[in-house]
Amino acid sequence: MARAVVTVPPRAKRGEIVEIKTLAQHTMETGFRRTQTGELIPRDIIRTFTCTYNGVEVCRVELHPAIAANPLIAFTTVATESGALKFEWVGDNGYSVTEIAPIKVE
Amino acid sequence: MTTRREFLVLAAATSAIPGVATAQIDPNLAANRKAAFQAALKRIVGDARVTRGRVKLTLPPLIDNGNSVPLSVSVDSPMTEADHVKAIHVLTEKNPLPDVITFALGPRAGRASFATRVRLADTQTVTAIAQMSDGSFWSDGAEVVVTLSACLEEGLI
Repeated sequence: MARAVVTVPPRAKRGEIVEIKTLAQHTMETGFRRTQTGELIPRDIIRTFTCTYNGVEVCRVELHPAIAANPLIAFTTVATESGALKFEWVGDNGYSVTEIAPIKVE
Repeated sequence: MTTRREFLVLAAATSAIPGVATAQIDPNLAANRKAAFQAALKRIVGDARVTRGRVKLTLPPLIDNGNSVPLSVSVDSPMTEADHVKAIHVLTEKNPLPDVITFALGPRAGRASFATRVRLADTQTVTAIAQMSDGSFWSDGAEVVVTLSACLEEGLI
């Protein structure tokens, strides 16, 4: 079960810099660990995260095995207009989660 | 904690199928990691010069558990269309892979900063490199002491 949580302020002033926090539920298996019998556990991580604001890209993140389990990504954006922020996580083994958060700019 | 029974299973498995599980540490490990770090650096900056400054990498100096370490990077930049940070890269010296995160952003980010949580395998120096829109590179390093390492629970890597 893939889940993700995003925190976006519901309303903001025009031109204000708002903080966004995202958390995805994922083990981020590195591919370097072994089982007790010595077999490598295959890698299973989230590869990319993107955030778009009304279709305009805010950030694009490449994640590597060195990111901790349940990756937290916190960043900022400028509140330009009312609309929606779209968050997308894509990973190994067909992992794909999309979250949409509305924002009201006044 | 490995129990006696688990130890016997493990011992039988490793002695029965040599080559499948190599529990030895590569003697060239340190040199290989250094080469991998240099290769990753070269891939990001090419032949450009990296200047220290403008970037602030924040990490706790002493880390109890390397499996989840809060890391934040902020870059001194006006973040306008003409002058902004294009990408922030974080690299490590002693992790099995040097890359940690690549954060590509633009003027729509407002501020050139982000925060995440990372895994650190050893006591080492973590480097953050910012790529500006004018093509220059700026960096910052943070030395950290890790008492419990990430990804080395079984001591096999």
